Amino acid sequence: MILAVETSCDDTCAALVSADGAILANVISSQEAHARFGGVVPEVAARSHLELIDPVIDEAFARAGASLQDVELVAATRGPGLVGALLVGFAAAKALAAARRLPFAPVDHLAGHVAAAYLKPTPFEPPFVALIASGGHTLLLAVRERGAAPEVLARTLDDAAGEAFDKGARMLGLGYPGGAPLERLARAGDPYAFNFPSGRGEDFSFAGLKTALLYRTRDLDMGDEQVRADLAASYQRAIVDALVRRAERALERAGLSRLALGGGVAANGPLRERLAALGAELFLPALALCTDNAAMIAAAALDAPALAYPDYLSLDVYATGEGPLR
Amino acid sequence: MAPTEQLRRFETDGVTATEQLAAALATELADGEIVFVSGELGAGKTTFIRGAARALGATAAVTSPTFAIGHRYPTRLEGLIVCHLDLYRLDGLDSEDPELLAPYLGPGRITFVEWPEHGGEGLGEPRLRVELRHSGGDRRAIEVRG
Repeated sequence: MILAVETSCDDTCAALVSADGAILANVISSQEAHARFGGVVPEVAARSHLELIDPVIDEAFARAGASLQDVELVAATRGPGLVGALLVGFAAAKALAAARRLPFAPVDHLAGHVAAAYLKPTPFEPPFVALIASGGHTLLLAVRERGAAPEVLARTLDDAAGEAFDKGARMLGLGYPGGAPLERLARAGDPYAFNFPSGRGEDFSFAGLKTALLYRTRDLDMGDEQVRADLAASYQRAIVDALVRRAERALERAGLSRLALGGGVAANGPLRERLAALGAELFLPALALCTDNAAMIAAAALDAPALAYPDYLSLDVYATGEGPLR
Repeated sequence: MAPTEQLRRFETDGVTATEQLAAALATELADGEIVFVSGELGAGKTTFIRGAARALGATAAVTSPTFAIGHRYPTRLEGLIVCHLDLYRLDGLDSEDPELLAPYLGPGRITFVEWPEHGGEGLGEPRLRVELRHSGGDRRAIEVRG
């Protein structure tokens, strides 16, 4: 079995996955304290990862009824992410691998989001277009075969889709993370009340949308619940439109009719409905496999080249901006 | 504010002009220096930093680092990395490991910091402080101190 660790951002994650892609344990320690601080992290990643990494790995072994003796390959997210956060999981995983002279597979976080599709019980195999939309990433990828570097079809030029949800929610006085509360508020609103920009061209751009909402919140009566709901619904429509239209274009450009979704924005109901209506064969992983998790890192490790002991000991992480899929 | 500090005021009419202004200001920066970039949501902080980063030779896409907190962009110049921090999600740096953001600061790096109000003073004295304000539509009023 594979032991995988993921600490690229806020969550401390460990998973055990069998060599044929069955999830034996998938532990995610969300820093739920964030919500209490309105999106502000009271104590960021690195320190809490340090506190959580050992208990999270222990919990994965306990849930799988396994021990390090059962592990044949260790994997960890190498990047992209916050260097200090990545280092905690990467170093812990390397140390566990080295303790038993096991091979080690460094995995790209975005390759992990793609590989979530390969996990049992519903493996979805290439070729497909992957739409990865989260707080930190918004990408459309053409995935032709497992393990091969995907072709980037579209990326964000400024903000990520999940960030657009979070910041829009903030402007509407909602909590953090903003996706779910914004979606709830939007249910009572008219998505066509306001015409917000959803970006031009092949790539994503959400900065103009953010500014457009800010101006509206200044001009309108934000004490009026219907106005807030209409703003939320119209803002959400702009984000969903941007994602769905570009996903449709990406499928055409890649000559594919299969679409896999990844990243936390996959939780958005209207996005799921609109993508389902595209007519492509759609793969929606379980939500726990869409948000950051280590099972997807193990899945990517099934196809990633592993390094033999001790070749991986000097390996370093890479920050966002430095990785292969930047 | 240091008594010798200079205040310059600009107004730009859109994204391109903001990027061009940032590119011009980037020529004043040296290895190891820090630039604070302030402004409310949507004011154009990331746009400004994109213009400066490109002028400094960054080759990667410059995007918002709000979620990751830090980005590093390799440049065409050997030994120079443009770093892009965003303290928006932080409550301040007091409770953080002092080494947390060390990979984004110091020699070999030029560092831009969004939301410096969230504890940025702990990162070091900035060479420039940039403040962006909405002034209607795509127009931005930009003040540069230092």
